[in-house]
Amino acid sequence: MRGGTTKETFLVAFSALEAGGRLGGPPWLRDLRRAAIGRFAERGLPTPRDEEWKYTSIAPIAETEFDLGADGTDDDLTEAAIAPFCLSPTWSRIVFVNGRYSAKLSSIGLLPRGVRIESLGEALIADAAALRPHLIDSATVEAADAFAELNAAFWRDGALLHVSASASVADPVHLLFVTVPGPARVDHPRSLIVLEPESHAVVVESHVSLAEDAHLTNAMTETIVGARASLEHHKIQLEGRRAFHVGRTRFRQAPGSRVRSCSVTFGGRLVRNNVHARLGGAGAHCTLSGLFVIGGRQHVDTHTVIDHITPQAMSRQLYKGILDGRARGVFNGRVIVRPGANGTDAHQTNKNLLLSDDVEVDSKPQLEIFADDVKCSHGAADGQLAEDAVFYLKSRGLDEVAARTLLTFGFANEVLGRIRVEPVRAWLESLLTARLEGGRVTAEGFEEAVEPATSDRSR
Amino acid sequence: MLSIRGLRAGVEGKEILRGIDLEVRAGEVHAVMGPNGSGKSTLAQVLAGHPAFTVTAGEVIYEGRNLLQMPPEERAREGVFLAFQYPVEIPGVASAQFLKAGVNEIRTHRGLEELDAVDFLELLKEKLKLVDMDPSFMSRPVNEGFSGGEKKRNEILQMALLDPKLAVLDETDSGLDIDALRIIAGGINQLRRPDNAIILVTHYQRMLGYVTPDRVHVLLAGRIVKSGGKALALELEAKGYDWLEERSEVSA
Repeated sequence: MRGGTTKETFLVAFSALEAGGRLGGPPWLRDLRRAAIGRFAERGLPTPRDEEWKYTSIAPIAETEFDLGADGTDDDLTEAAIAPFCLSPTWSRIVFVNGRYSAKLSSIGLLPRGVRIESLGEALIADAAALRPHLIDSATVEAADAFAELNAAFWRDGALLHVSASASVADPVHLLFVTVPGPARVDHPRSLIVLEPESHAVVVESHVSLAEDAHLTNAMTETIVGARASLEHHKIQLEGRRAFHVGRTRFRQAPGSRVRSCSVTFGGRLVRNNVHARLGGAGAHCTLSGLFVIGGRQHVDTHTVIDHITPQAMSRQLYKGILDGRARGVFNGRVIVRPGANGTDAHQTNKNLLLSDDVEVDSKPQLEIFADDVKCSHGAADGQLAEDAVFYLKSRGLDEVAARTLLTFGFANEVLGRIRVEPVRAWLESLLTARLEGGRVTAEGFEEAVEPATSDRSR
Repeated sequence: MLSIRGLRAGVEGKEILRGIDLEVRAGEVHAVMGPNGSGKSTLAQVLAGHPAFTVTAGEVIYEGRNLLQMPPEERAREGVFLAFQYPVEIPGVASAQFLKAGVNEIRTHRGLEELDAVDFLELLKEKLKLVDMDPSFMSRPVNEGFSGGEKKRNEILQMALLDPKLAVLDETDSGLDIDALRIIAGGINQLRRPDNAIILVTHYQRMLGYVTPDRVHVLLAGRIVKSGGKALALELEAKGYDWLEERSEVSA
């Protein structure tokens, strides 16, 4: 079949992979996969008629002819090739190339007792029963969409981080997902992070492309944060100019747990970030932040859902975007306060800086409050740099470009400055500085409309 | 150092300065006083090059050059400094980063080498003492969450770091308690030198109790209606501006 990717191509690919026994896992997982693809078959790919996809058309994905059967890592990939993305040699890192675990490139140091980092695919072979309670049915995923179902049906590998009760990983754990040059492929990495009660971990999850080929990363990261455990999660998306990225990060929080999460998007042609926090215990706190800095014809859509299920939980959201060229941004921040979730304290802020007249942003808060005695607020602002601030900087000797660059940096740095892991913050600041050369977003290669990935497609 | 001749300026077609003449020589401190709405802040902003104001007539010669033709950043690099009445908050930019950027722009312009982080920190520590500011302010975003007094101290800190030839202090004394006023005035006095000049724009006389001006000018309805020595400030304190307003109407 030529001419793009449709519901049918996914269904055909699933049947072929399954018939060939290429989607691993025990029988119960196969049942979950079949159920997920069944729901996908009913649902189909999202269209702008879906409220959740109103401002994000997946047409560029549908128009790309993907090789859905592609598999396999790249054994020739060297450490030097991924070195620019590795922040510290002392951190444990687990590397996935084209969605598959690379033992060669991974480097897992001495871990404290009670800490496991490994390939989820391999863990599933060895220890499926233990993982079963955590590999939940996508049918129970709140706000599931076609991509969540596809991930549930197709996923093969991803990272597993398990931290036992009261254990703690001193250094960040780096999950690195690399896509190498080759035909347009789709990967569905699924990672699982389990923090048992009173444990602590810092995770850096980054997604990069080593080539400009089209590819789709449909990633799912599930985190289970036990009572009084704390997690700092950073997701960094630096994929290429023809990359499509649909990411879903879920935090399931027990009483007294703490989550700090920051998602930074620089790369990708079309990106959808879903961040979902389920505050299922009294005193749970989550602080979510995000930043995208995009230009050319990049499109970044962030959908957050904060679900306050139990009383006395707190959520904070700060999402910012910088748009230049003809970029488009979408923010939809949904906060649900369930009946009985009294004493909820939720705050959401979305701000976008528009550096060109041709950009467009759609920002929508969505508060659904079914409890009493709650504090829920939101604020949104889209606009240009404040001229009085530009003048203030000029009056100190900075020229127009230097003034605007510093102010734009500052706008973004309100998010990056909150990152507590110094090497991550410093690295992102240097990436940001490089991207803001001359006070504009340098999005080289992102300017043109992306032409279809294959030249011989008939239309 | 500075000659203002027949300066007329306004905003959005409304004339605010209606013919200002002022001579400032190196080593002098001039106080420009006047009631609200007299044009004091406009004069300060026009000297710094604020784009909201349009100059319609007159000239400003600074160190032999036409100041009005210089963009704001060039004025700053050539040694003109404005302490803002309402310093701007800049979220996300650490004070130290902002100050270092300004210092290095001006050093480069003067043919000096840029300061690296270590040398800059040395300089910063020294100048912080001048305004009795805690170094912890320097890792905080510029002016964000600063009290009124802290913002004003931060302005004088910038003055100390940028080492201007001509400093225009726009109501730096407003909103300060007596301790902050004393600290800021002390800082200004330490920055007074034979080779620089200061214009203090102020509503009240109280700052002048600490920083003794060489000349005092009274600005009313966009014109300097009276100039004199420091005694004039005391006279204004005692009598207010009304008696001058009447006189200026008579003479107009």
